Amino acid sequence: MDVLTLSRLQFAVTSMFHFIFVPLTLGLSILVAWMETRYVRTGNVTYLRMAKFWGKLFLINFALGVVTGITLEFQFGMNWAEYSRYVGDIFGAPLAIEATVAFFLESVFIGVWIFGWNKVSKRLHALSIWLVAVATNLSALWILLANGWMQHPVGYVLRNGRAEMVDFMALVTNPYGLLKFTHTLVAGYSVAAFFVMGISAWHLLKKNEPEFFRISFKIAAKFGLAAALLVLMIGDFHAVEVARTQPAKFAAMESVWETKKNAAFNIFVFPDVKKECNLYEEFCIPNMLSYLAFHTADGEIKGLKSFPQDERPPVTPVFLSFRLMVGFGMLFILLSILAVVFSRRGTLEAHPLFLKIMLYSIPLPYIANQLGWIVAEVGRQPWIVYGVLKTSDAVSRSISTVQVAGSLAGFTLLYGVLGALDVYLLARFARRGPDEDLTSLVQPFGKEA
Amino acid sequence: MLFQITWFVLWGVLWAVYFMLDGFVLGVGILENFLGRNDAEKRVMINTIGPVWDGNEVWLVTAGGATFAAFPTTYALMFSYLYTPLLLLLFALIIRGVSFEFRGKMQGGGWKKMWDAAILVGSLVPALLFGVAFGNIFSGLPMDAAGYHGSLLYLLNPYGVLTGVLFVLLFVEHGALYLSVKTAGELKLRAIGVAKGIWPALLTVAALFLAMTGFATNLYGNFFAVPALFAVPLAAVAALACTRLFTARGRMLKAFAASCFTIVLVVGTGVAGLFPNLIPSSLDPAYSLTIYNSSSSEYTLKIMTAVALIFVPVVIAYKIWVYRVFRGPVTIEDVETDEHAY
Repeated sequence: MDVLTLSRLQFAVTSMFHFIFVPLTLGLSILVAWMETRYVRTGNVTYLRMAKFWGKLFLINFALGVVTGITLEFQFGMNWAEYSRYVGDIFGAPLAIEATVAFFLESVFIGVWIFGWNKVSKRLHALSIWLVAVATNLSALWILLANGWMQHPVGYVLRNGRAEMVDFMALVTNPYGLLKFTHTLVAGYSVAAFFVMGISAWHLLKKNEPEFFRISFKIAAKFGLAAALLVLMIGDFHAVEVARTQPAKFAAMESVWETKKNAAFNIFVFPDVKKECNLYEEFCIPNMLSYLAFHTADGEIKGLKSFPQDERPPVTPVFLSFRLMVGFGMLFILLSILAVVFSRRGTLEAHPLFLKIMLYSIPLPYIANQLGWIVAEVGRQPWIVYGVLKTSDAVSRSISTVQVAGSLAGFTLLYGVLGALDVYLLARFARRGPDEDLTSLVQPFGKEA
Repeated sequence: MLFQITWFVLWGVLWAVYFMLDGFVLGVGILENFLGRNDAEKRVMINTIGPVWDGNEVWLVTAGGATFAAFPTTYALMFSYLYTPLLLLLFALIIRGVSFEFRGKMQGGGWKKMWDAAILVGSLVPALLFGVAFGNIFSGLPMDAAGYHGSLLYLLNPYGVLTGVLFVLLFVEHGALYLSVKTAGELKLRAIGVAKGIWPALLTVAALFLAMTGFATNLYGNFFAVPALFAVPLAAVAALACTRLFTARGRMLKAFAASCFTIVLVVGTGVAGLFPNLIPSSLDPAYSLTIYNSSSSEYTLKIMTAVALIFVPVVIAYKIWVYRVFRGPVTIEDVETDEHAY
């Protein structure tokens, strides 16, 4: 393998690994902040125990998210020097702003939250986790504006042999970036909601602290339903933006080969890349694809054949990832509706099968998130900046195959070990359940709060 | 041109503040294994930096991001030329950060021993590598029209290694002084002992570094052109002397402050000598990366200046507030009663 392939593989490994931890951080920070706020408002100790229990899991996850983020920033320079030089003028800015505006806030107030239980007032303590939540979400905004620019470059001119920024506001208001930001955000909320529901389900099945986990489940169920609906809704608008700005990616997502108006949507399709057509197309819904792409029935979809072969993304992985992601998204809506219904009626424990399904559903939103990124990043190929710079022109010239093979092996090994340890610790602390000492302190006569 | 100079100064400030803040975390990480006689003492040391290490490391991310945004060509070439050392640095910093969080998550001697070793490696390696990297930046990298002609072995030249040792000693001294402020009792006394013991070695290496800088680099060119600049290294030496004087008198907070100044002024000396280079070429000055040939457009620099002017003071304000919230020493009773401590 050459430096280009190895560098791409390394970026995939390191960014996908990073994105195991980020979505949970995005959503769980909000849930923990909400729980602690309920405690401050009502004085109900159950909410305090919740904030502490889920907060502990939050922190185990958070640590890896933070340390693996630095890798990505460094890698732009290390492996993608030509890219960094060519677009640094406009791409560097959101990264630097992210560090200054969001990352400082997050990392300083996470310290206050972990160590400040006895040092600051209750309100200030709750405020600090809110600041962490705001900061992680703000951090995602700047990173996704940067990624949005790679997908749909705006606000720049090609000058002095590079892309130079001429309109900062265009970068900040790039619809592609904002849609990607909101879509990713609510997808992260789904991860957190299913994480909390899944672990609560396990405890409910074991009849551990039923009151505690019923409330946890209920909070997560509502949050999860809102998130699942928003993922689909924003995803729909996002797809329209993709069809408008990245027609080749859209064609790959839906495996469309011929350019046509009033395009139909086939429920079962599979691409045959060699023959440039689909192996089969079944269960056709007339005009549906044109509607999905442009929100009008007669919108013209550009087929893959209208792009030169070397400007098409790899069709099969993009198509499969997209289909699976959407399928998962539908499933999450269904499961969250049931979750809200059962938890509102207070009949969760009467549905052990459902609880079991929720337990085993914990990984699914994670997978859906990864699939979404495969669609976004593989679907952008062969471009690193859509229509501006090819990935093959972006890789560093001064690094050798041996160096990158070594670093890829190193990252895989290190991340493998850390990932395993993290999952082990998460499972251990999730199983252990909330600490009891608080309840016994406050209510010496009963076990349940 | 004004904005390029502004960002050169900011670039220097970001690195200086990063080394000042993460310097003591790295120092504490190196000392944790040697200074703590039992688990409780080790936990005390880790908990002195617990609330602040993450925020301190962000200065590195910001220094990196600022280099990317303001001097993209330097960012691109520096990071790809120094691929292997940066990779080792990343691994070390990742391991260090995870260790702080994971060490206390399980009891059992083996588990904790493993993370103690990880904290040592994760602290010593970055301290050394930052020094080696900056030593080589001061003396220049072997680069020309054909690209980069160095390697990891090349970077380990005598001046690079000397700067690496200087950084390690600076940070160990800095960490010991931090611990002397943030701990109590026996541990504090031991920390003071280390600070006193390291100081002569630090002074010797610092003197050697200043002397060798005259031979291995062109840094002094700027100083001879503008002799007033000599105030910076002189002040660095004075600050280093003050750390020892204050230590002798038991004024540990002042000694730590003097150590902060020492680190900032050492970085200041290097940066003042580099100007207007960011990375000089050791082969041909025509291929040096300067603030003029590697900067972003004026428009980008203006935007970034506005962002920095608005947000950096805010960051500094809440960081000062946090250090005030967590002021005072951490004791063994503290870590044993606080369920949230590392």
